[in-house]
Amino acid sequence: MNTTMIVGQLLVGLINGSFYALLSLGMAVIFGMLHIVNFAHGALYMLGAFSAYLALHWFGINYWAALILAPLAVGLFGAVIERTMLSRLRTLDPIYGLLLTFGLTLILEGLFRYWFGSSSRPYPPPPELRGAVQIAGIYFPIYRLWIVGASLAVCLATWYFIERTRLGAYLRASTENAPLVQVFGVNVPLLVTLTYAGAAGLAGLAGVLAAPVFQVSPHMGSNLLILVFGIVVIGGMGSIRGAIVAGYALGIVEGLTKVIYPQGSYIVIFIVMAAVLLIRPSSYAAREG
Amino acid sequence: MSDTSVTSGNRVIRGGDRRTLIGTVLILILLGLAPQVIYPVFVMKLMCYALFAATFNLLFGYAGLLSFGHAAFWGAGAYLTAHAAKVWGFGPLAALGTGMVVAAALGTVIGLLAIRRKGIEFAMITLAMAELVSFIAHQMPFTHGEDGIQGVPRGHLFGLIDLGVPANIYVFVLCVFIFGMFVLWRTVHSPFGHVLRAIRDHENRAISLGYDVARYKLAAFVISAVIAALAGGTKTLVFQFAVLEDVSFHLSGQVVLMTLLGGIGRFYGPLAGAAIVVGLESFLATSSFPAPVITGFVFVLCVMLFRRGVIGELAERLKR
Repeated sequence: MNTTMIVGQLLVGLINGSFYALLSLGMAVIFGMLHIVNFAHGALYMLGAFSAYLALHWFGINYWAALILAPLAVGLFGAVIERTMLSRLRTLDPIYGLLLTFGLTLILEGLFRYWFGSSSRPYPPPPELRGAVQIAGIYFPIYRLWIVGASLAVCLATWYFIERTRLGAYLRASTENAPLVQVFGVNVPLLVTLTYAGAAGLAGLAGVLAAPVFQVSPHMGSNLLILVFGIVVIGGMGSIRGAIVAGYALGIVEGLTKVIYPQGSYIVIFIVMAAVLLIRPSSYAAREG
Repeated sequence: MSDTSVTSGNRVIRGGDRRTLIGTVLILILLGLAPQVIYPVFVMKLMCYALFAATFNLLFGYAGLLSFGHAAFWGAGAYLTAHAAKVWGFGPLAALGTGMVVAAALGTVIGLLAIRRKGIEFAMITLAMAELVSFIAHQMPFTHGEDGIQGVPRGHLFGLIDLGVPANIYVFVLCVFIFGMFVLWRTVHSPFGHVLRAIRDHENRAISLGYDVARYKLAAFVISAVIAALAGGTKTLVFQFAVLEDVSFHLSGQVVLMTLLGGIGRFYGPLAGAAIVVGLESFLATSSFPAPVITGFVFVLCVMLFRRGVIGELAERLKR
């Protein structure tokens, strides 16, 4: 085992971790606010990547514009889903939300496979971010460094927004006691819709960032979804900070597992998840009593 | 959610039973006559999936445990039955038995871990464990990875009856189906089943009544796992292969759909649900339109509008 290999896998782990963090962050926000395990999160991520791809091929919209427009489009789509479907399930067992979003995933993935086929499509990285830089004798592709930086920035910004701003405080308060917050004149249903839309937008953004690395395919989300699920659980179901930290940490753990036991890298997250669930009672269990 | 509730009095329970009895006789007549009009392999596939969905319903519908990795047991049954029949040369019953024994062990381990958590966390643990099983199925040499186990012999029942004969295998699958459904029926309609429902409706009350809730949940989990393996193994004997799809997350999701569609906590709900899902899929198999879009659409429609499922809505109408 040489250092270059370990450093290389560390970077790969950090990149995967960036996507895990962005996706599990959104999923944790949705879980905290709506008490729904958003099974459509992988499909929203795929939708983000496809929006960027189609924007480029149909309208010639470049990467930087797509980075803004695609998350907006996915967020809008999320708002529609929340308003028309999820909001009607609020009084029921949270399991129905899980089932509904699972059904939505089947529809979205099926439709994109029908329209575009199963093969993956390349999406070029923007010219500004091509090439590689040499740090301490090791070459790092610039686009991959950009992913790590961009996702860190977005995660920190989201964390700051939820934990340190007034709107974020309303949001957190609504997860504790929605009727009370409503009494103070806050439009809670609107807040919920915005939360879902925002988290969907984050998934869309992750999709755009992923497009040049993983290529665009209808099933790119479902491969990730179950892993992200595990990470949300490891981070403590609904904890924002937990989701971000667990996202990066698990990406790195996965990368290092690849060095030691390559076949085990996929499964390591589930082993950690099962262990965490069994050893440490999570915030969710505590809340439910 | 259930057809008969513990607290609803004897009259209601007996009324529900009479309707279910009529339903049972009707279903048996239909299944007996079906091969005359419908492609027999399709009916056999349907029976396997319906039995599988019924095992999921035992957990979710009657005990309130959402297993989101039920394909692990179906898959264990499928793979072990295939291996026992093909490599070890076991007869069909011994091969099925091998799958069920392994599933019982697997169900005990996963059940012990999962029942320590409730609700969505329970679902997550079963999902994680199923992913582990699927990983093992992918890596172990005896499962042959992507190829799966192909060309599994159906063998001779009791060394006499050749299951290669279409009529014989049909009757065999029908008998397995009736046996499996009977076991589930007995489980649900016994004091044990009533305790399960009590746990589902109010766990703390069941605890305070002195029931060892964990043990009841575990027993239900293991029964469900064993019958799921029986269903999976039977499917292997019908189609003569076991593949990765049998342990996939996709299948775990599908069994949830079948139960939801038919009616959660309705004894014959999974049967109706499986008929619709399997029927839709084979109907759409010839067209280029992807079946998941339709199943997904049905899924969404069910959650939004028909949460009682087909059988549930029907029973509601009959009651009026």
